[in-house]
Amino acid sequence: MQPQPLALKVLNIASAVLLAIATGMVFFYAQLAESGPAQRIFYFHVANAWVGMLGFLAAAVASVAYLRTHDIKWDVVELAAIEISLVFFFIAIMLGSIWAKAEWNTWWRWEDNRLVTAAIMEMIYFAYMLLRQGIEDSDRRARFSAVYALVGSLSVPITFMSIRWANALFHPLVISTVSDAIKTPFLATSEMKLTFFFCLFTFSVIFINLIWHRIRLGNLEQKVEQLKLKVMQ
Amino acid sequence: MHSKKNSPVRNFFRAVGAIIWKDLSTEFRSRELLSAVLIFALLVILIFNFALELDVKTRTSVTSGVLWVTFAFAGTIGLNRSMAVEKDRGCLEGLLLAPVDRSAIYFGKAISNLAFMLIIEAIILPVYSLLYNTNLFNLGLIGVILLGSVGYVAVGTLLASMAVQTRTRDVLLPILLFPVVIPIMIAAVKASNGFLQGIAITELMPYINLLLVYDVIFIAVAFMVFDYVVEE
Repeated sequence: MQPQPLALKVLNIASAVLLAIATGMVFFYAQLAESGPAQRIFYFHVANAWVGMLGFLAAAVASVAYLRTHDIKWDVVELAAIEISLVFFFIAIMLGSIWAKAEWNTWWRWEDNRLVTAAIMEMIYFAYMLLRQGIEDSDRRARFSAVYALVGSLSVPITFMSIRWANALFHPLVISTVSDAIKTPFLATSEMKLTFFFCLFTFSVIFINLIWHRIRLGNLEQKVEQLKLKVMQ
Repeated sequence: MHSKKNSPVRNFFRAVGAIIWKDLSTEFRSRELLSAVLIFALLVILIFNFALELDVKTRTSVTSGVLWVTFAFAGTIGLNRSMAVEKDRGCLEGLLLAPVDRSAIYFGKAISNLAFMLIIEAIILPVYSLLYNTNLFNLGLIGVILLGSVGYVAVGTLLASMAVQTRTRDVLLPILLFPVVIPIMIAAVKASNGFLQGIAITELMPYINLLLVYDVIFIAVAFMVFDYVVEE
């Protein structure tokens, strides 16, 4: 494996430092919200969810790129994006569940559109990983994964819409975008707003760091497979 | 001279028709797929009977849910078998060698899968009506079942073609399919329930529109990417 480029080493340190600062800001810089200390979960929860969603979007783009170019490097990027986003999004869901227990005294709410859509999204991408596991031929695996990533990504907005309509009769719409989130009472003061954006930035940096490592690992996996094929011949 | 009989469009429809005819005639000779799926569907209804302890009042509110769960599971089995047969008997290679557009294979398989699913549903509806003394011969309900089945089969045929080529074959199709067809499940159950309860069709339009949109989008996407799934 090639040694880590300097930029990546710097990024490793930067991620760790930013995470430490973000944690400090969440606990000491941002004021305590009216609803209590559990509100502090909000900063990491939204940051993880946001970054996770962008990661899945990147994977969808990579899947289209693979289908058009048949260049295996897009498959490596797609897998890395989905694998890392899976973890970020799962963390977001767990944090959300903990926060829900603290705020609404329930671990889960089927009426919550975003929550249910998030769970379905996780399942789609977990199914993606299972699909990859079941195929040995790397070309076929790349093709099928790209197709499923595309189909899965397309179904997510439709799923969100359908759950929203199904629930709209009973529950008012809750916040659905970052701009809405800023206007809510969750971010009353400027310190809290700053903390929120800083956490968003921190987790974006951590995401780029992790995906870079994962892509390097993916390229190494490709090399090993090629060598295996050569040895078998 | 470019004869009309051999135009690409006619060849396309001929190919689609040939595939449908092949599937339907093989099935009606052996009836193995239909009988297996049918028995499975009836057993699912039976299990629901004991699982949910349906008294008359609860029954009316859960009928559409029970029906759609039955259709979803039975549909999975039907799709699996339909594509597995292609793979095991080597039919797929034969089809790929034929000088027709790959999408003809997709449409042919999808339409024959749809035909099987509709036949199963056409048998389940009267059986359910009989067993539970409810009248399910509702035009709106039948329309919803049609729309929902089209969308289910559109995505299901594509994903089944992929799943059947993996190691974990039968288990993988439901895992791949169910999260993606959730919009159909939501809209179909709500709309079916609405029609059965006699709610005005104008209130159910959002769900019907959702089914239509889903069907159009996924038929288009599926037939565009089907090439990548069957090429060697």
